[in-house]
Amino acid sequence: MSLSALVEIRDLNFSYDKRPVLEGINMAFPKGKLIAIMGLSGCGKTTLLRHIGGALKPTRGYVKVDGQVIHELDQDGLYAMRRKMGMLFQFGALFTDMSVYDNVAFQMREHTDLPEEIIHDLVLMKLHAVGLRGTHNLMPSELSGGMARRVALARAVALDPMLIMYDEPFAGLDPISLTVVGDLIRRLNDALGAASIVVTHDVQESMKIVDYVYFMANGVIVAEGTPDEIRASDRDFVHQFVHGEMDGPVPFHYPGGDYRQDLNL
Amino acid sequence: MPAAKTIKVIGRRTINAVWRIGLATRFFFLTLVYSGSSFRRFHLIVKELFSTGVMSLIIIIVAGLFVGMVLGLQGYETLKRYGSESALGSMVALSLVRELGPVVAALLFASRAGSAMTAEIGLMKATEQISAMEMMAVNPIARIVAPRFWAGVISMPLLAALFSAVGVFGGYFVGVVQIGVDEGSFWSQMQAAVDFRDDILNGVIKSFAFGTVVTVIALFEGYDAPPTAEGVSGATTRTVVTSSLAILMLDFVLTAIMFRGN
Repeated sequence: MSLSALVEIRDLNFSYDKRPVLEGINMAFPKGKLIAIMGLSGCGKTTLLRHIGGALKPTRGYVKVDGQVIHELDQDGLYAMRRKMGMLFQFGALFTDMSVYDNVAFQMREHTDLPEEIIHDLVLMKLHAVGLRGTHNLMPSELSGGMARRVALARAVALDPMLIMYDEPFAGLDPISLTVVGDLIRRLNDALGAASIVVTHDVQESMKIVDYVYFMANGVIVAEGTPDEIRASDRDFVHQFVHGEMDGPVPFHYPGGDYRQDLNL
Repeated sequence: MPAAKTIKVIGRRTINAVWRIGLATRFFFLTLVYSGSSFRRFHLIVKELFSTGVMSLIIIIVAGLFVGMVLGLQGYETLKRYGSESALGSMVALSLVRELGPVVAALLFASRAGSAMTAEIGLMKATEQISAMEMMAVNPIARIVAPRFWAGVISMPLLAALFSAVGVFGGYFVGVVQIGVDEGSFWSQMQAAVDFRDDILNGVIKSFAFGTVVTVIALFEGYDAPPTAEGVSGATTRTVVTSSLAILMLDFVLTAIMFRGN
């Protein structure tokens, strides 16, 4: 898988204030595949995504995208690489001073010399693909959470990227929006032939759409496999996470002193 | 050892202050370096001119009018003691053009437009809009900061000029219309006393300097704000406090340079 991988991560280590956040991460993301990175909050998922996007530099190891080591690129090189990437942020991160139309048109205007008539048609096509062509005149404040996420998705794929990253795309969505966004992520990936990376805790929704799963805990990969392999896994951590059990390797109680002593008994 | 602890706290705060001044200076130079695209796409600056300049017009005009009226009243009372009521026009105009116009307009600009800039950029950061822009390979300093900076620098002298002009009419209204100072001497004394280079141009230079300082502080505080509600609120407060102190200190320095011996 790694030979034809669009994104290749080898021995990635990252520390923040001498505290290790990522340790010895090895991953591969081939074109056409939709891959989930799952784990508890604070396990290093988003930090990993930020390394792929070039926002952080590793303390050891590397992230290679399309054959280029990301942390070795200068600013122009990094910006050229980012033009081939799309990213959906947790709550959409739409530009609140621009309409839906201008949000989707933003990258086209910034990075291409396309005439406004063509941009108009492209924007409406992107919005049509996420089912929101009729919202192009609205402002982000007039959209529901699910709609904002879909507009952000249309914006993320505005330049037909080869790599799409999703940071918690299902967070805070109602069940209908959840299914719609999940379905769109799968369809857009297949239509573009891109590699997609979904960072999420939503086990049930993501398992329906992804091809492969990496499980992370405390900055390391603790399990990986296809959704069926993950569901069948007998590893305690994976079992607890997938089935949402209260107690297990991840304890319910945050470590504290003696309970009796705290209650002065 | 309370003394050692106090020295440690003072030392840490001094280092932090110097560190932030360094960061703000670097931020200012980066803004200048990435300003080229703002001028190539001037509509970005025009859009910001509306929100920083045009939206500040009401507060500037109303404040200018009242400051001028107060100057008219106070000036008349003082000048009357020396039998120099006819010099009211020159007193009002010189006070406004040299000092009150640039300074008060800048203080109002910091409170109205500066705080708005900080809050807007701080919230853009908190809602990941700036990160999203970076991920789209668009430099946020070139796209967000530079147009706002130039809008602030351009609008400040215009607002100060408007403040002074409206203030002169406020002084005229109180002095001439209400109290009865001779209209001819009000305008002619003003015309004779106000020098274009020494008074008006120096006032414009002051307001240009204040506009630069206030806008850089506002933009830096917003860009540097911790991405939380508390962080944005603290940054907005710092913008108003730091800008106001910077305006008053810079005013003293510029006044000492410009009007020494005049």
